[in-house]
Amino acid sequence: MITLQINGQSHTVDAPDDMPLLWVLRDLIGLTGTKYSCGIGRCGACTVHLDGKAEHACMVNVGSVGKRAVTTIEAIGETPVGAKIQAAWVEAKVAQCGYCQAGQIMAATALLNHTPHPSDADIDAAMAGTLCRCGTYVRLREAIKNAAKA
Amino acid sequence: MSSTVSKFAEADAYIREVMQAAQSAKALPLDRRGFLKLAGAGLVLGFYLPGSARADAETPQAAGTASQAPVINAFVRVDPDNTITVYSKAPEIGQGIKTALGLIIAEEMDADWSRTVVEQAPIDGKVYGYQGAGGSTTIPRAWDQLRQAGAAAKAMLIAAAAQQWGVNPAEITARDSVLTHTASGKSATYGALATAAAKLPTPDPATLKLKTREQYRLLGQRFRGVDDHKLVTGQPLFGIDVRLPGMVYAAYAKCPSTGGKVKSANVDEIKAQPNVLDAFIIEGNGKPTELMPGIAIIARNTWAAFEARDKLDVIWDESGAAKESSRELAARAKQHAAGPFPAKADSNIGDVDRAFASAAKTIEAYYEYPFVAHANMEPQNTTAWWHDGVMELWAPTQQPNRGQTLVAGVLGLPENKVVVHQTRVGNGFGRRLMNDYMCEAAVIARRVKGPVKLQWSRADDFAHDFLRPAGYHQLKGAVDKKGRLDAWQEHFITFTADGQNPSASAGYSRFIAYACKAPNLRRGQTLVNLQVPTGPWRAPGCNAQYFAQQCFMHELALAAGRDHVEFLLDAVRREVPELAPPKDSNFDPARAAGVIKLCAEKAGWGKTLPKGRGLGLAWCYAHAGHVAQAVELSVDANKRITIHRVVVAADVGQVVERAGAESQAQGACVDAFSMALAQQINIENGRVREQNFGAYPILRMPFAPAIVEVYFVESNFPPTGMGEPALPAMAPAVANAIFAATGERVRAMPFSRLGYRV
Repeated sequence: MITLQINGQSHTVDAPDDMPLLWVLRDLIGLTGTKYSCGIGRCGACTVHLDGKAEHACMVNVGSVGKRAVTTIEAIGETPVGAKIQAAWVEAKVAQCGYCQAGQIMAATALLNHTPHPSDADIDAAMAGTLCRCGTYVRLREAIKNAAKA
Repeated sequence: MSSTVSKFAEADAYIREVMQAAQSAKALPLDRRGFLKLAGAGLVLGFYLPGSARADAETPQAAGTASQAPVINAFVRVDPDNTITVYSKAPEIGQGIKTALGLIIAEEMDADWSRTVVEQAPIDGKVYGYQGAGGSTTIPRAWDQLRQAGAAAKAMLIAAAAQQWGVNPAEITARDSVLTHTASGKSATYGALATAAAKLPTPDPATLKLKTREQYRLLGQRFRGVDDHKLVTGQPLFGIDVRLPGMVYAAYAKCPSTGGKVKSANVDEIKAQPNVLDAFIIEGNGKPTELMPGIAIIARNTWAAFEARDKLDVIWDESGAAKESSRELAARAKQHAAGPFPAKADSNIGDVDRAFASAAKTIEAYYEYPFVAHANMEPQNTTAWWHDGVMELWAPTQQPNRGQTLVAGVLGLPENKVVVHQTRVGNGFGRRLMNDYMCEAAVIARRVKGPVKLQWSRADDFAHDFLRPAGYHQLKGAVDKKGRLDAWQEHFITFTADGQNPSASAGYSRFIAYACKAPNLRRGQTLVNLQVPTGPWRAPGCNAQYFAQQCFMHELALAAGRDHVEFLLDAVRREVPELAPPKDSNFDPARAAGVIKLCAEKAGWGKTLPKGRGLGLAWCYAHAGHVAQAVELSVDANKRITIHRVVVAADVGQVVERAGAESQAQGACVDAFSMALAQQINIENGRVREQNFGAYPILRMPFAPAIVEVYFVESNFPPTGMGEPALPAMAPAVANAIFAATGERVRAMPFSRLGYRV
């Protein structure tokens, strides 16, 4: 049994230590906002925060999470920066299919938490790990800049 | 032909038929019987489906009889609380259709958009007709239907108000779901009038007066996506998000080479893996579009299923499996290109040989492009539940009706025992016009107690795609003494699954002919046998054939010593009777010229650029849209490409929802650049070598064009789709810009083969 702190709540799950956090969130706990796409840390669709730091949930073994606070897309709007990012996303109409956007929002929120007024280079560095197959990058950048100004 | 190969050919024929159906963008005229009120509180309007044989449904029926009138479809309802609900019958795959369809009805109804809800319509072909999303045809199909639905609902509400108030209906004005009679000072919401309106007869569609474009308050403006709030807050919308009580999870392992059968597998060992509930072999029916043989693993969670699957030890019988290698295919194509022109030409206009003999200038070139994958961000999946004699499925599909039919066929069930729930779709791009994963899930679910979610891994998704076919074009062109395009000969080396017809998506696109109207034109094809399944990929045919065509047009313009834009305009305006578009085509030389000129003007065509910088342009007519793209880029000494600016000029008729239309164009530029720069599927011994995004790079944010400006040629033409037309001209525009910047002609995709990178 492993106890996790997820979105401010305590969850105890029966999972082997090496089960990726991604599948614990999706299949055992039912938080499906965090998306599976590549499974090897190459696409960023499963980005979550561990103690505020963006991590690929498919690459994090649940046994290694420990006491770190897990934040997912379902609760990121409860933080001021997360809410700002979500609003900017809707306003700029970033999403097309929307499948990658949870990961994009988690990556962008971590960026603004750390760097409230990012340069284009900061945005590139923070967002390079999160693929968008629809190609919404133009609007993603615009939304991040708008959120930083908000 | 062996039985395996004929199954492949059957599957290929199926895909070709699917594509044809998806691309026939005929707007459905309203049936003469027009509208029908449906059951429910307030006013619910549907249509009779055209061609329906149910004469007994001619009389509008009272509330509560919707289920007895299966030829009726519901599109709009007005609830007493003044909520307007619109039913979107097509899948949302990222093209923004849910928002756009809702706006069309709301506009015509003069509905309050902030109180309009768009819901996914149930999947029922008998009720709704075609419910697919493909070919950029949903908007043109829905345009007249939905406007009439909105207008009919408004007319009924006005009639109800006129009765209640004892006033002339012509004096009642509608705005934001409120009707007002100024002279008497009376007003009421649609909701307040809905129940009374539902008691009135439905209007004859012919009597409805539709709004003109100048009267629009919603259409043409920018709107948020109707599901955007749910998306950004991580609510479950996609197929992969479906969770049902007691649900278990499945993986399905198939032969990496399409057509391989299971000889033996360590099924017992797999069953003993932690959290694995069952494992079994499925024989399949041999059709890649339905059910290929494999081993199903049922587990308590997805990860356990994937882990167990890694321990699978299968001996495959590959005697009937695909064995091609893409390298060999490319080499063979090159030999054909160097050989004679095919004896039977597909088109032969004028006298090509005489034109070449007397031409001012003649050039030849060989263009090629590779197989590419769809790489949908949401790997294929379906949740299926066999209960009470019914197979119930939740699927991210572009073609739910077809899935229903296929599942019924595979299970031997009548179609009404298969229920499909449409989910949001994490990328379509044509891959999900096929429903193989639905068939697999259904067959697995028959053997599982309770609901089961079949989940493909990323590697499965790459291994079992329906690839955009590679293609090879030997081109010869001539210009006359005036510097105009005079002759065009194209030998297209492509693929066949049945030995006779080009494979799905491998034949000449019907859209490409108008962009290079040569008075002397000859096209032929050499078909090379291929078992690896191919299929539609965003803007099928166009997505690669325009690369060859529009780059070669640039070559010809330069050979003629002409300005590229002038040369393109000449060619599109040329009167070649044999290339006159059929009556139902949207192609219009004036609209084509319009986007080329607008694009050139906005891009600053003719301006002087610093060394290492180039401006390239291309255009296409695709999926009923006319689109031109201009790309300004620079290339450094290490062949590193930086795209500074892209200009898109599009004519897709009236713009329905501007932000979505602009976004589709921007996304298409990124997608096309991503594809053209570095995407390539290598096939070895019938197997796809690439298994994930490492080997198959999707363009990342730092390398995407920072600026993509989108301009629409505004007109009163009815709207057409935006999902595809902005894709095909991007790759040739980039290649032409690379030439302008470097002097190197890029005649192959991906450009990375020539050392280009970002």
